Amino acid sequence: MPEAIMKVFRGISREAGEFKTYKVPVEEGMVVLDAIHYIQGFLDPELSVRWNCKAAKCGSCSAEVNGYPSLMCKTRMDRFPEGQEITVEPLKTFPLVKDLVTDVSWNYEVNKKIPPFTPKPDADWTFMQEDIERVQEFRKCIECFLCQDVCHVLRDHDRKDVFAGPRFFVRMAGLEMHPLDALNRAEFLKDHAGLGFCNITKCCTEVCPEEIHITDNAIIPLKERVVDEFYDPVLMFFKKIFGKS
Amino acid sequence: MADYEVHEHDVLVVGAGGAGLRAAIEASASGVSVGLVCKSLLGKAHTVMAEGGIAAALANVDAEDGWQTHFRDTMNGGKMLNNWRMAQLHAQEAPDRVRELEQWGAVFDRTREGKILQRAFGGHTWKRLCHVGDRTGLEMIRTLQDRGVHQGIDVYMECAVTRLLKDGQRIAGAFGYFREDGRYVVFKAKAVVLATGGVGRMFPVTSNSWEYTADGHALALRAGADLIDMEFVQFHPTGMVWPPGVRGLLVTEGVRGEGGILRNSAGERFMFKYLPEATRKDYAETEDEAKRWVDAAIAGQKTDARRPPELSTRDNVARSIYLEVKAGRGTPHGGVFLDISYQDAERVKRKLPSMYHQFKELADVDITRQPMEVGPTMHYIMGGVRVDADTGESRVPGLFGAGEVTGGMHGANRLGGNSLSDLIVFGRRAGLGAANYVKALNARPQCSDDEIKAAVEEMEAPFKRTDGKNPYELQRKLHEIMSTYVGIFREEKDLKTGIARLEELTDEVRHAAITGSKTYNPGWHMCHDLTNMMLAAQAIAQSALSRKESRGAHSRLDYPDTDPHLGKVNTSIYLEGGEVKLKQTPLPEMPEELKQLFVKKEATRNA
Repeated sequence: MPEAIMKVFRGISREAGEFKTYKVPVEEGMVVLDAIHYIQGFLDPELSVRWNCKAAKCGSCSAEVNGYPSLMCKTRMDRFPEGQEITVEPLKTFPLVKDLVTDVSWNYEVNKKIPPFTPKPDADWTFMQEDIERVQEFRKCIECFLCQDVCHVLRDHDRKDVFAGPRFFVRMAGLEMHPLDALNRAEFLKDHAGLGFCNITKCCTEVCPEEIHITDNAIIPLKERVVDEFYDPVLMFFKKIFGKS
Repeated sequence: MADYEVHEHDVLVVGAGGAGLRAAIEASASGVSVGLVCKSLLGKAHTVMAEGGIAAALANVDAEDGWQTHFRDTMNGGKMLNNWRMAQLHAQEAPDRVRELEQWGAVFDRTREGKILQRAFGGHTWKRLCHVGDRTGLEMIRTLQDRGVHQGIDVYMECAVTRLLKDGQRIAGAFGYFREDGRYVVFKAKAVVLATGGVGRMFPVTSNSWEYTADGHALALRAGADLIDMEFVQFHPTGMVWPPGVRGLLVTEGVRGEGGILRNSAGERFMFKYLPEATRKDYAETEDEAKRWVDAAIAGQKTDARRPPELSTRDNVARSIYLEVKAGRGTPHGGVFLDISYQDAERVKRKLPSMYHQFKELADVDITRQPMEVGPTMHYIMGGVRVDADTGESRVPGLFGAGEVTGGMHGANRLGGNSLSDLIVFGRRAGLGAANYVKALNARPQCSDDEIKAAVEEMEAPFKRTDGKNPYELQRKLHEIMSTYVGIFREEKDLKTGIARLEELTDEVRHAAITGSKTYNPGWHMCHDLTNMMLAAQAIAQSALSRKESRGAHSRLDYPDTDPHLGKVNTSIYLEGGEVKLKQTPLPEMPEELKQLFVKKEATRNA
């Protein structure tokens, strides 16, 4: 049976931690998470990793495989040429807990602040499939946070204080475009979620395992809403003359 | 003694899948303080993997449907061993719970009239499963999660409860640890709702995630509750069989609901020959009739054709596949073929998107062009904590339960789609039951230092053993025992061997050891999870040995027939002096007006 050489990050701090090399037998159709489980089960029971479904439905096993933000359960070993070392390391954008596990609790704090679904009081709950196709695309999100990991506003500039990140623009787009939602989140998007920091480099879209068109379908339409609401020159002119409507 | 932190709540909910979240929302809405503990991150619980849909008699697609028919299907599917009251409440309340999800933001697929769309599933007379493609569980958990976080529920993520604390007979709280750094925690709580799910990780081929280590089953037993129906383990007929790394991964029943056809390696559509006599007339007789049913379903039209034989109940389809493979008519990787490729490719991708991606990415199979290879996978346990149908309370005052960890609702076999509805119907009821219990309580029960000390020592022990066993190796032994002796088909000598080997393994598990620190140490966590699985494994094996008949998911080679006498009893498992004990207890008897539903057969045919 062929062997893979896995270089896995081990440690409780990025500075003191190091890559440890393991040789793992490779079966047909194997994914990186299988290799990590092999290490846990046979070589090193202390190796820390998050996982749940092993079917790309829960978004738990996010890591950087050969530097690329990936779900380990979806990353096939045969994608890499035989003999090539495969490095697996934790997401860079979030604080390290241990080995491949990072502290993603910041995301849950952001989510709490989002104004929730608020249906129109007179809603009769009839709506057509074509009216929800877009919303259903956003609701495919499995919260793997790979988009958060790759976004340079968070990854390189660490603006977690002012920027909600692509995951939560997707969530807010799903709320804003729900046919029966009655709230307007434009001000929240502008002043509290930092939508303006996004300069649509589309990195988030590239890494999304659910293939959600994050930039084109969620972020750009939200930016348009904010522009319409706050920067429309005609509206601004009227507002100046007649005061706030 | 090691330090621990303390949190105080009125109600502590253990588990944050559909049942736990729904219980927490309801308890919190009743005005009590709620803590919610989950072993994983919020939103990752096993509910997220549910695919095909949620059963509720909304009658949006088939106007003939109603709670009585849903009730009857559920009881028939459970081979009449269900707790009738649970099955009744479930059928009556599921539609309201589904509408409520929609009002909380869930976005279900629509009918042409803009109502919630419903699809066919095994054992359901009418098209009854509300769904979002094949990711219904994700929709449900996200909806409940977002509802919950705006309601002031305190969520403790990546936290495992290892022991329930009591004050005399009453629940007083729970002890656990945080996975992140291993720090200990005591939750002082007047009531605890168990919503910990199932037991699948004791089997090597399972659709269940790592979390399913029988935690709630073991916690309840140790706290003095009893488990019923533990012999009934559901093997889902269609798990992936290849490649090895994904063996057991679920292939939604929705594939068959949308017209998927099962064939053996000889090309035979074998389900026709396995239909039980009692229900044969509900199913198509010929391939042509089955095709007319599928065509009509796709077109959204009525038909007099009956549903395809692939929509038989899960216990029956799983056994049939097992027998076909055993008879040498299996596929190259030891399964059978499940084929939906005869349908329009775009429709398949739209209706079953995650199946399409799952097979394409993990198995190099394009399901719009080729058949899938599938075989049985351990999926669900019908048995669990015995609770009151209306309130979810166990026989331990202050201990409640909801969802897969409880027993009774599904009897001897669960119908697909009845689990998600179970979660929200009984999650709500247990949350309400716990809140009402708390409000009626005069004083806060006290946690004893001795109990906490014992709980700490239990968790510290694996680090102190120098000659101990590797917990992963022990889990592999457990896998081997369960799959060899307590599988789909059972017989006395196997079960006896299995029980003896489980006893030996229980001794070994007491010596499980781990090195390193407490910081996110999965081997350490496994040491404790194993003790839970060993208890539940014994409960399953002993219950299976005691039930000398075949009924639903429990198939005995040495007792192939159903015994009417045993249809009137539940198998109850409890602990006495630390030993697993078993007795049979009478099945609650259905009132006369419900019995009538089984006398009158509806004249209408299934559309």
